[in-house]
Amino acid sequence: MTTTTPSSQKQDAQPGRVARLGAVGGDWLDQRTAGGGLVKFLGRKIFPDHWSFMFGEVALYSFVILLVSGTFLTMFFVPSMDEVVYDGVYGPMQGAHMSRAFESTLHLSFEVKGGLLFRQMHHWAALVFMVAIFVHMFRVFFTGAFRKPRELNWLVGFSLMVLGMVAGFSGYSLPDDVLSGNGLRVVDGLMKGIPIVGTYLSMLLFGGEFPGHDIIPRLFTIHILLVPAAILGLIAIHLTLLVLSKHTHYPGPGRTDRNVVGFPVFPVYAAKAGGFFFLVFGIITLISATTAINAVWIYGPYDPSPVSAGSQPDWYMLWTDGGLRLIPGWEFTIFGYVISLNILLPMAIYGGLLAFLALYPFLEAWVTGDDREHHVLDLPYNNPVRTGLGVAWITIYLILALGATNDLIALKLHLSINDLTWLFRVSIFVAPVLVFYITKRLCIAMQRHKRGLALHGVETSKVVRMPNGEMLEIHEPLNEYDRWVLVQHDDFRPLKAGKGVSALRAKATSFFFKDYISPVTPAELREALDHAAHEKHEIDAVTGGDYTVPSAKVGH
Amino acid sequence: MKALAARRHHPMALLVILLLALVATGGLYAAFQPRTAQAETYTADDIQQGEALFLANCATCHGRSGEGLQDADGNTLGPSLIGVGAAAVDFQVGTGRMPMENSGAQAWRKPPQMNEEQTRQLSAYVASLGPGPSLPDEQYLDPANGDATKGGEIFRINCAMCHNAAGAGGALTRGKFAPTLDGVEPKHVYEAMETGPQNMPVFNDDNLTAQDKNDVIAYLHALEENGSPGGLSLGSLGPVTEGLYAWTIILSLLTACAVWLGAKAK
Repeated sequence: MTTTTPSSQKQDAQPGRVARLGAVGGDWLDQRTAGGGLVKFLGRKIFPDHWSFMFGEVALYSFVILLVSGTFLTMFFVPSMDEVVYDGVYGPMQGAHMSRAFESTLHLSFEVKGGLLFRQMHHWAALVFMVAIFVHMFRVFFTGAFRKPRELNWLVGFSLMVLGMVAGFSGYSLPDDVLSGNGLRVVDGLMKGIPIVGTYLSMLLFGGEFPGHDIIPRLFTIHILLVPAAILGLIAIHLTLLVLSKHTHYPGPGRTDRNVVGFPVFPVYAAKAGGFFFLVFGIITLISATTAINAVWIYGPYDPSPVSAGSQPDWYMLWTDGGLRLIPGWEFTIFGYVISLNILLPMAIYGGLLAFLALYPFLEAWVTGDDREHHVLDLPYNNPVRTGLGVAWITIYLILALGATNDLIALKLHLSINDLTWLFRVSIFVAPVLVFYITKRLCIAMQRHKRGLALHGVETSKVVRMPNGEMLEIHEPLNEYDRWVLVQHDDFRPLKAGKGVSALRAKATSFFFKDYISPVTPAELREALDHAAHEKHEIDAVTGGDYTVPSAKVGH
Repeated sequence: MKALAARRHHPMALLVILLLALVATGGLYAAFQPRTAQAETYTADDIQQGEALFLANCATCHGRSGEGLQDADGNTLGPSLIGVGAAAVDFQVGTGRMPMENSGAQAWRKPPQMNEEQTRQLSAYVASLGPGPSLPDEQYLDPANGDATKGGEIFRINCAMCHNAAGAGGALTRGKFAPTLDGVEPKHVYEAMETGPQNMPVFNDDNLTAQDKNDVIAYLHALEENGSPGGLSLGSLGPVTEGLYAWTIILSLLTACAVWLGAKAK
């Protein structure tokens, strides 16, 4: 007794002292900032719980890692194209001529302590940043989270994706190695392919004829100042809009367009999100410590003449290379000027793909004419055409990316690069249509299945023979909670032209909603439940309520 | 004066000059032409043994006397081997590419079918068919004698466009390819540059000197010695494999964490 009492007193006293200290400190801060209300507001903010909501967080955390590792890199990287003779530790470059940018990259990789790890963390985090943005975007798209009131935030997110590509590409070009120089050469070619202004644009960017002496310092400013500032600003807007319009939640009992069901930020989400940041940080560090990325010393210092086999941009830029590889060499001359369709057409396609992505929420809102606020997400199969369009978009994107890797596929699968190019040329037209149709039909099939499930419950594969010879299968009805998810979704029908509906919109609604599975109506459900009760009564009369199969009974 | 002038106009004078010119040209050519096979190191017995091996293993495609064969449609079954030299045989047979496993876009590397002695005998026989590049000098095969930096420059400008900057290999048209250079013996690297096997261009001594070739060998050696300082190289295939890694392994790890955190505490 005497030994335990003082220690327990100590335990009681300590948190009290800390809490008092916190209260005093908090009060001191609050009197000067009046931030207490905001902290309370954010701390009580409710977030729903689902793993698929966490990829936006991954993007945010990898951006933080990018800022931290990037700051480290700027302390050693010299963005200069002055020519120097290498005199560092990497043997096979001794005495080679190179730009100071490349030399400082070698220096920071091989001579600065932890330099290579930081370079690899920066680069892997960039890849993860873009992967997370895409996965997050897919989630938002396929669940219809972009609907009112979140169309603006979709556009902000879209801009973040585009800025991420700019950030990645400008950073990938900084070390001034052969591979990144080849990438810049492609950009130069793309710009010069634009009629009339192309050469002026190229001269403007490169400060003269490619490659010039200005591009690395300019990209440096873009990469470490302009783009990150823009990304930070947009992230702030993205998160503010997220807080203002609240987070969406998956359909479920008690979840409506007027509430959010989840946990408050403090303490549950603060802990989870904080922990998740360290998990992301840990995973990126682990990968960076064990897996090489962008070994610039192998590519060598930039020189406009060599182009290595297997030259590709980072993955998020692959699709922009694919179109250039797949398009035939179509060009024609008009008044002595070459019009390069082999550049203009792919660029038009890229623009179209991006525009579709950016404008889809507005397209869908126009088709449905839906002006309500949506906070409950769609399950992807409940909107077959949207899901089909999304998957078709991904298919085009994938084919373009595969087109950009045609040489590696040919090499590793022992195929002819010419055949592959033709395969991709054909499939970029055929595959999206096919995939759209298949996805749409699969969604409709799932809807049909779920409809049956909602009405009749789960088939148990146990069949009972009635005295009159009729076979009845025992169905296990769903509980109310599970059934709710299957019967809550919206239902749209095609519109007829006229009465303020344009012919175009009538066609669009027909395209979206011509094929549908009618949702379960309350009357249908009541009838199905009555029927099930009646059947259960008959079955129980025969089996006495014991649903074990005869063989199992024998076993007993 | 007159007699001198008359002798100068002797009708045979022109012929003599022509003859002298021919001898000089031929002699100079003989002196400066690419070094022929070191036929002197091969014995007549080597050549004879080589011929027997040739008839048994190679003649089906290359012809009974190495003159090359065509099928009825005029497609080449096997090219003529007259003048390809010992270096070509040592490369093709020494790396197992010949005898060819099956016809296709290109001969594949496989464990050599001929042992060293048999390869030497075949080389002797083919070298005896006509003068061609001989086996490389040992001193040019030692990476220590080369300048890796210079070799790196030569490699990036001349070789990397097909073989990849890391020597990981690359695709060519219609199923042809430039093979990986990882683990290829210096001798075979040299011979490949010298003879241009399969779809490879010839880099003879006028193009890349013996010392240049030695530099390339030194660079490839240095690449192998250095390994991958950053960790797993993912096949040194560049951004595509890195992107694939990000989309598969890293995304799986992140998703697993997300699912774990998203799971409700029971």
